Amino acid sequence: MSEPLIEAEAVEKTYRFFRLSDVALRLEAGQILGFVGPNGAGKSTTIRILMGMVRQDRGSVRVLGRVLPQDQAAAKREIGFVSEDMQLHGAATLEWHMRFVAAIYPGWDADYAQTLLRRFNLHREQRIKALSHGERVKATLLLVLARRPRLLLLDEPTTGLDPVARHEVLAELMDVVRDERRGILFSSHNTQDVEQISDQITFIDRGRIIDSSDKEAFLDRWRRLNLEVPAGLTVPHLPGTIETTASGRIAVVTTSAYTPGMEEACVRAGLTVRDVQRMTLEEIFVANVMSHRQEREQ
Amino acid sequence: MYLQIIEQIRRRIAVGDWPPGYELPSIRALAAAVQVSVITVKRAYLELEREGVIVTRQGKGSFVAESANLSTQLRQAELDEHLAAAARVGSVLGMSAGELSDRLRAAIAARDEKQS
Repeated sequence: MSEPLIEAEAVEKTYRFFRLSDVALRLEAGQILGFVGPNGAGKSTTIRILMGMVRQDRGSVRVLGRVLPQDQAAAKREIGFVSEDMQLHGAATLEWHMRFVAAIYPGWDADYAQTLLRRFNLHREQRIKALSHGERVKATLLLVLARRPRLLLLDEPTTGLDPVARHEVLAELMDVVRDERRGILFSSHNTQDVEQISDQITFIDRGRIIDSSDKEAFLDRWRRLNLEVPAGLTVPHLPGTIETTASGRIAVVTTSAYTPGMEEACVRAGLTVRDVQRMTLEEIFVANVMSHRQEREQ
Repeated sequence: MYLQIIEQIRRRIAVGDWPPGYELPSIRALAAAVQVSVITVKRAYLELEREGVIVTRQGKGSFVAESANLSTQLRQAELDEHLAAAARVGSVLGMSAGELSDRLRAAIAARDEKQS
């Protein structure tokens, strides 16, 4: 197997009112990593460290085999970075920006840029300040995608996009990983986008990584069991129990370590299993964040 | 999500769009086409392989299995799923096997009546 695109371990960064602690991230070639967290969780800070734009206080960061922040100049040539606060020149046209990026990056693919203009329904002569929010996001993505960088670091690429623009952007991201040597890390608080296109998912909250695994494993191991508990009986201990809510004879158990054996354990304890539900990534994310916050506060 | 992909592939095979021996798109190509992660499509292919619906030859790709009555098998598998679901609901309602069979017989009788 080829070396990972991103390998970060025990990364720490302390600010006056915020602290990133013990952050570990890994992205293999050919994969998409969804980096999910509430606002202010540390997603943007982490991405800036991966870009060499912010220097970590402690911990090791390797991106595309380069050590950061020391080798950031070499790494940046092969990284495409897009963030919400990226500044384009409002008075200049998209054409001007395309020429500018093409002059800096030898990998610029003019044919692909042309294809993207068509797919995103953008025009070379458009001035940046005349673009809508969605068009501006697509223009920024175009400028990065047409360089064909091996690694894309995208900070909230789909935030604020309408459903059609979101569809266009996700389609382009999926097109990138048709090439097994390339990969994408994208941060989002939109769990629907992450659930759709990510191979790996990492949750971050309050500066700490709270969970990380491949998407299918995530969706498989989290379940909600709806149980009927006859009077005088109690719910047996089930592995990975995150939360148990009971009202009357109905109990709902949320577990992060589901196995079919759990249903048998409930039946043996005299309970009736009414239903075992899969959870959406959104439900998993919220349950996960809440339980970690409770744990830390205790 | 992988279940939806399995369902779509099964349907294409069942209606004959993808005949026996047909080469399926590569995992990455299908993932890009349906805009669903590679890992999800990979899982769907593995599952279909386990069921014997498709065969994967190392380095050559995945193909629809060369089984003549495949679409019949698929439909029967679908029926089994419905029956398993009925059995589950029956046990929640506290029905015995006999009661459940009676219900099925009643459903068959109702169907025959409609057809005649």
